[in-house]
Amino acid sequence: MATYNLDITKEHCPMTFVKTKIELSKLRTGDILNVKLSEGEALENVPKSAAEQGFNVLSVTETGTKGIYNVEIEK
Amino acid sequence: MDFTEDQITRYSRHILLQDVGVEGQEKIKAGKVLIIGAGGLGAPVAFYLAAAGLGTIGIIDGDVVDLSNLQRQIIHFTADVNKPKVLSAKEKINQLNPDVKVNIYQELFTSENAFDIITDYDFIVDGTDNFPVKFLINDACVLAGKPFSHGGILRFEGQTFTHTPGNACYRCLFNSPPPPNAVPTCSQAGVLGAIAGMLGTIQAAEVLKYFTGVGELLTNRLLSFNAKTMDFRTIRTKRSGRCPVCGEHPTVTTLIDYEQTACDLASHRKDKR
Repeated sequence: MATYNLDITKEHCPMTFVKTKIELSKLRTGDILNVKLSEGEALENVPKSAAEQGFNVLSVTETGTKGIYNVEIEK
Repeated sequence: MDFTEDQITRYSRHILLQDVGVEGQEKIKAGKVLIIGAGGLGAPVAFYLAAAGLGTIGIIDGDVVDLSNLQRQIIHFTADVNKPKVLSAKEKINQLNPDVKVNIYQELFTSENAFDIITDYDFIVDGTDNFPVKFLINDACVLAGKPFSHGGILRFEGQTFTHTPGNACYRCLFNSPPPPNAVPTCSQAGVLGAIAGMLGTIQAAEVLKYFTGVGELLTNRLLSFNAKTMDFRTIRTKRSGRCPVCGEHPTVTTLIDYEQTACDLASHRKDKR
């Protein structure tokens, strides 16, 4: 089980979730992807879409930078 | 996963779909489809498969573009009149999506070349306008174990079904071509152009479902619609034990070039649906 990181703070909907899916597709079941994203659209949609498509959203936490969050997704 | 950034963006609306995703897009990219007829049905099929990023598209058609084709054969433009249809189609596919490999065959699909051509493809699309070739496509695909999409349009109506090995084929439903005098003549055979798009895009969707494994194909079901009322219905069908090509005692074991009426032949040169 490995942990990977993805930064989608510069992406806009729907590429936020597209990039997340692309990254998740490279992982093995049980691997963890830490997605760094911005509040607003990405924060509202990416965890929800990931859960809808069968991924396990483990946590959503604000990082040290205001408005930037980390979403921990298990494949 | 070896998609470029541009490809990720291009195919993003497929990748977003839970049932397609990256894996499904890779299957689409690996697919090889032969479109028989670059006419009213073949045009939307080619466009949507090209847009979808299908890896290899083969197109066979012996005709040149005629002005009367442009009312429905949307892959051909006014400047293409008199150009071989396969060339015209290839140019548009390449402009739409340079990722797609296009093989062209500027000839009729006959009993002579059928097996040689279909062998290189995973799925065949019937975009033809006459019964002899529809039966030839069916027989060639059944005998070679290839899946195909049947499509036919006339006036305001369309019908389609999908064959995969082991399921109902065209001859299970329609034993043999109708007698020439039962087939509409040229002067009777008008078609509302948009019907070609309706039917062809259903065929394209079936191809994409086949490669991605999404949902249920139109196997053992004949979908027909009438655009006048916009009634769609599906008729349950099944493989027939008495089918002359896939039944228990097949009588069709080699390919047959049925005779075409003079009108059909003229339509092949001038006015392919």
